[in-house]
Amino acid sequence: MSFAWAKTYEPQTGFTKWIDEKLPLPRLVYNAIGAGYPVPRNLNYMWNFGVLAGFCLVLQIVTGVILAMHYAANTEVAFATTEHIMRNVNSGWLMRYAHANGASFFFIVIYLHIFRGLYYSSYKAPREMIWLLGVVIFLLMMATAFMGYVLPWGQMSFWGAKVITGLFGAIPLVGESLQIWLVGGFAPDNAALNRFFSLHFLLPFVIAGVVILHIWALHIPGSSNPTGIEVKQESDTVPFHPYYTAKDGFGLGVFLIAFTFMVFFLPNMLGHPDNYIEANPLSTPALIVPEWYFLPFYAILRAFTDDLTIPFTSIVLVQAKLLGVIAMFGSILVWFILPWLDKSPVRSGHYRPMFKKFFWFGFIPCMIVLFICGGAPAEQPYVLLSQIATAYYFLHFLVILPIVSQIEVPKPLPYSITEAVLGDKDVPGGTDGGGDDPRAAVKGLPGKSPDDGSLQPAE
Amino acid sequence: MSIRLGAIIAGLGIVGVLFFWSLLPGAINYAPPEKPAYYAFKEKPVAPEGGFSFEGPFGKWDYAQLQRGYQVYKEVCAACHSLKFVAFRNLSELGYSEAEVQAEAANWMVPGIDPVTGEATRVPGRPTDQFPSPYENDVQAAAANNNALPPDLSLMTKARKDGTNYVYSLISGYGEPDPEKLAAATEKGFEIPTGLYFNPYFANVNIAMAPPISIDGQVDYADGTEATIDQMSADVAAFLTWTAEPSLVKRKETGWPVLGFLLIATMLAFLSYKQIWAGLKPKKN
Repeated sequence: MSFAWAKTYEPQTGFTKWIDEKLPLPRLVYNAIGAGYPVPRNLNYMWNFGVLAGFCLVLQIVTGVILAMHYAANTEVAFATTEHIMRNVNSGWLMRYAHANGASFFFIVIYLHIFRGLYYSSYKAPREMIWLLGVVIFLLMMATAFMGYVLPWGQMSFWGAKVITGLFGAIPLVGESLQIWLVGGFAPDNAALNRFFSLHFLLPFVIAGVVILHIWALHIPGSSNPTGIEVKQESDTVPFHPYYTAKDGFGLGVFLIAFTFMVFFLPNMLGHPDNYIEANPLSTPALIVPEWYFLPFYAILRAFTDDLTIPFTSIVLVQAKLLGVIAMFGSILVWFILPWLDKSPVRSGHYRPMFKKFFWFGFIPCMIVLFICGGAPAEQPYVLLSQIATAYYFLHFLVILPIVSQIEVPKPLPYSITEAVLGDKDVPGGTDGGGDDPRAAVKGLPGKSPDDGSLQPAE
Repeated sequence: MSIRLGAIIAGLGIVGVLFFWSLLPGAINYAPPEKPAYYAFKEKPVAPEGGFSFEGPFGKWDYAQLQRGYQVYKEVCAACHSLKFVAFRNLSELGYSEAEVQAEAANWMVPGIDPVTGEATRVPGRPTDQFPSPYENDVQAAAANNNALPPDLSLMTKARKDGTNYVYSLISGYGEPDPEKLAAATEKGFEIPTGLYFNPYFANVNIAMAPPISIDGQVDYADGTEATIDQMSADVAAFLTWTAEPSLVKRKETGWPVLGFLLIATMLAFLSYKQIWAGLKPKKN
């Protein structure tokens, strides 16, 4: 798919013509991330993170495959082979630090990517499928990162694995058997480490597959943009290459500066010292914490401190642990129905005064509180704070967004992307590549005047 | 509409369960965490005067200090602690020549096999061998140390918060408890168990390790440096930082050219971004 004015690939040399007939891979790339993909001209820097996430995935796969050449998934030697990589493998320390910090940066990038989607409502029609696939990618990433953290077989690896696999034990009736089956024993041991390594190697390629679907789905309606209004005319877009390849190149440079700074100067800052102690099933660390990127969800898990009982009796309906597990998984699964919860016809948070307030003064502080509480010991006042923040989290998505989208009066939207960028200079010939007078060229939706522009689907 | 109605009901349900069964009982019985009855340890270790040469983004090893630290490890720590991830050949990184490394390795007896009888025995080390544990196994190690297992030191400075300063503080920080604080803690039931030693930098202030460095001049430094307790503690902390991360200085040295390259490349990327987008600005007319 593309807009009518998208450039088409024209092979120039004999060789590219030959390739184009047999396997039009250059054409595919040209249409996906080349000049053949018209993109709204008004994307801000928040739109850099998709490309950066793709870079992170490649970085993790490359460093990970190299690490796997020197690592052995056996509880007897896993910790020692990790140290072998750090000490004896040429540049092994660089590979391992890049991989460990690469995971953290992957999550930083993906969180910004998700927050961009939440603020600009990138999940709304016609882009629901992109969002749904994105949530699938995020879930796969969480599984991959969790299993990767277990591989060095340090203290936090082992005890983190024990806590997280223990969650399955909360499921009624089958929980215990399921947990033993999944872990391959009563506690994480060699069987668990081996299957975690196997899956940790497999899942990134599954992620890569879903990423292809994610990008494919993106190319059907085209990229969203900060105004949230759809592309109407050629002057609203620029070709991805060279405009956004250049901008993403700059974004990648900034990302790499931050990333290499961490790798070379503070490589252990985001890690936990306890993971440099070899796993010892007989010695529990004082405070078991997951990697920083799981802390908000860990806080939701621990927010449910008491069983759900029938009031004034001691009959337990649902155990606290199961409530926490349901809430933790639910906190992400709720994203799957998000496109149908927020029905406001306006996409961008810029033009939604109520939504904007709840986003910046409700949702963002709520995530920060959850993040802090997830890393704190399970004692007051952190328990109370995490409970309040957890309550807000669910209220935000399940109650506030549906109601706000019903009662909110959005601000007036610009007529077109070009107008948003150039103001009243949106006239024929106002810019290079500008089209005809948009008001004449664009058809309105049935029963609406063309001036009421925002929701018009791209033709 | 029905999906949103369902969501609102589900959302209120989850929050209701959280509020009435967890949050409200917790808030009613709100109790800040009780301070356990112990003598509070010093969470923040101190640094030796002048810090360490390898700290900071331009840090370099002080090879003389590392060699002194190795001497302290060899003459003091090695009596109980292993260093299993370090090989004798690694000592060449401390400035020892190949012959010196070979001679040094031969001073250590490593587990081996008697070439005649085939029985397990100890043989002189070679540069390719790892540092041996002073004990045959963990059980023997614990039995010889009042049931406390002396941890391997290879990664010690990375396995503790602010590890280098922690090791320095711990070794040089033995002393007597502050009488006032001790009296206050004793009231709550704190006592120093027999066989343990008071050390304010250890997490529960009672450490099984006897003060390893107790008198000035305990080690006779080969390079003539005055072996004060402070000096020996700093030296061994530096040495253990090297064992924990031999690539530390190389890492920082590699980082600068990489950062420099990326800064220039990013600047160029920014300029080309601006150049490419310049044509999209409104024409001046």
